[in-house]
Amino acid sequence: MTSVLRPLTRFGHWLATPLLPESYLELIDPLLGAGLRGRIERVIRESADAVSLEIRPNSRWQGARAGQYVRLGVDIDGVRHWRCYSVSSGNASRDDSFTVTVRAIEGGHVSTWLNHYARAGMVLMLDQAAGEFVLPAGELPKLLFITAGSGITPVMGMLRSLAATGREADVVHLHYSPDEASNLFADDRRGLALTHGWNSLTRLTRSRGDQHFSADQLQTLCPDWRDRLAYVCGPQSLMDSVSAHWQSAGLNEQLKQENFRPALKTVAAGAGGEVRFWHSERAAEAAGDKPLLEVAEQAGLLPKHGCRMGICQGCLVTLKEGQVRDLTTGEIFGEAGDMVRICVCAAAGNVTLDL
Amino acid sequence: MTASLNLDKNMIAAARARRLPVDLTDEQVQQFGAEIEALRKRIMDSLGEKDARYIRRMIKTQRYLEIGGRGLLFAGILPPAWLAGTAMLGVAKILENMEIGHNVIHGQWDWMRDPEIHSSKWEWDNVCPSDQWQHSHNYMHHKWTNVVGMDRDVGYGILRMSEKQPWHPAYLAQPVTNALLATFFQWGVALHDVEFERVRKGEKSFSEAWGQLKHIGKKVRKQVIKDYVLFPLLAGPFFLPVLAGNITANLIRNLWAYMIIFCGHFPDGVEDFLPEDIENEDKAHWYLRQLLGSANIEGGPLMHIMSGNLSHQMEHHLFPDMPSNRYAEAAKEVRAICQKYGLPYNSKPLHRQFGSVLAKVMRLSLPNRAPKQAMVSA
Repeated sequence: MTSVLRPLTRFGHWLATPLLPESYLELIDPLLGAGLRGRIERVIRESADAVSLEIRPNSRWQGARAGQYVRLGVDIDGVRHWRCYSVSSGNASRDDSFTVTVRAIEGGHVSTWLNHYARAGMVLMLDQAAGEFVLPAGELPKLLFITAGSGITPVMGMLRSLAATGREADVVHLHYSPDEASNLFADDRRGLALTHGWNSLTRLTRSRGDQHFSADQLQTLCPDWRDRLAYVCGPQSLMDSVSAHWQSAGLNEQLKQENFRPALKTVAAGAGGEVRFWHSERAAEAAGDKPLLEVAEQAGLLPKHGCRMGICQGCLVTLKEGQVRDLTTGEIFGEAGDMVRICVCAAAGNVTLDL
Repeated sequence: MTASLNLDKNMIAAARARRLPVDLTDEQVQQFGAEIEALRKRIMDSLGEKDARYIRRMIKTQRYLEIGGRGLLFAGILPPAWLAGTAMLGVAKILENMEIGHNVIHGQWDWMRDPEIHSSKWEWDNVCPSDQWQHSHNYMHHKWTNVVGMDRDVGYGILRMSEKQPWHPAYLAQPVTNALLATFFQWGVALHDVEFERVRKGEKSFSEAWGQLKHIGKKVRKQVIKDYVLFPLLAGPFFLPVLAGNITANLIRNLWAYMIIFCGHFPDGVEDFLPEDIENEDKAHWYLRQLLGSANIEGGPLMHIMSGNLSHQMEHHLFPDMPSNRYAEAAKEVRAICQKYGLPYNSKPLHRQFGSVLAKVMRLSLPNRAPKQAMVSA
């Protein structure tokens, strides 16, 4: 099949130059256009402030493993914005559609927009699924999931994949939600737990006054937590206390974490400077707390990037001059030649980037 | 016209010393610059969904036209199909090069952050590689507009389009050179950045020029194979009508692009400058020079679209990275600002602008007649 297609595609490229054959094919269907794209097939309202988007990707999609995230490119007021969202539908093979769940976060431009305006039929840009927050292959150890708020989404994906593939697993799931109204996937979780004999525990911290995560609580609810492979996903406060607890028990290796938003430290009085882009011969003034990636984008550049939260190394750029501030730690560093994650680093004084 | 502005004779003299031919004090030039800047900011801040839809729809229209034109040409053995197909393909190429390509390469649509409509990625449908164009046009021409000796678009290194360019007997042939340039415009544009005249004078190394030529060669190969080999071959027995149609479409685009572009900076009333005129030039004076060094073409919406909105050449030169669909809106305000400061706003119908360009081509093929009395007495 491919042996027939390859000369055909090459011929198509010669006919379409300087554009691509896809540039014309997308007139028939936007999904035939260049690059990875997907069409929203269904919008499912999960709660007052969360929607799930069922997305049918085009043929470039390579599939997703439960727990991974996908970057969506959404055009809002004519401007493209990229954000990562966890796949909540479980494993998705190359031919499957998949679902991401988006909770509108306060001040979140894209998440709020998607909650209001996402409609079936809309076409979004996509990136291949990524992330290491996935279940191990082979026989499963005993599992413990600790989630809070919308941190449930990747774990929901894993639970669904366990159910769909019929893998035997001993699961304890501890979930924190402020109240019943914002308790995502409550019915699904209950149903899955009943069917598969999982221990699914929900703590409603605001409406019922339940306690937040603590070591004692964990000991009571899941006495054998030390024997389990643990996954944690939620707000920074939860991530911090869980990882501290595992660290003090010397069980770091058994804990997998998924950050949702970059935990940017607010560095007091961090001065910015002029950012010069070496290749494109452009420059811009930048505040000391603004990621260089955003500075570059506003200056009209399109730097390569991935997660926008400092984890994937997809945005590494060589520093030619000056120093940068790592917004996740507040540390100021940099020597000419250093590779810098521009999505979480800001200018600390004047900076020249190899962009 | 300028009396109401309460001009100080000494300050006018000072402004004259800066050699920009306007009756404005330095302070007024700064005010003018601030108003232009404010206009720019107002429009750029208001970009959004509607603008994005405009360019996407334009791109779609252009692609449909191209497919339609090439399709009809396959039936090109029938004269009406040939004529319609050639015209559609010609229009498609004009739209691609002018309203889409030229403007995308300027970065007018970079704000959308769509890599498919971005200045760093766009490759246009003619033999000039986009990246070289970005250097010769966006930088050399737009920064140094109409500065003789710096803006190589003043005569493109082969024509004498300013009295300030020294005359040489070779320019006697320029009516012919000009016609050839119009006919082979895309090739002229492609070779423009190689700067043969600087290579000849030894100011530019031969190896640098050779590197550029190889780069152009790659693009040329693709373009030529597409238009003059593959599509004609696909038509089988109708090879010749398709070939002729493609040649004609490229020719139509060449002539039209040449005409519009020459109307941008060479009509009567457009000023040109010398390097010493722009010493220590600030942003306000740069704006002023852009305005004085460009001319608009009067016309309706179709004229604007088909010229890639270079019918708003003055606005384009003031705001090269403003989306072209906004130039009409900017033009109203620029015209009003010009009126307020007593500045010329050079906008005439195509036949008048192009007529004066052709007259200039003829006139400047001969040596300057006499020193300009007007400048001395002023």
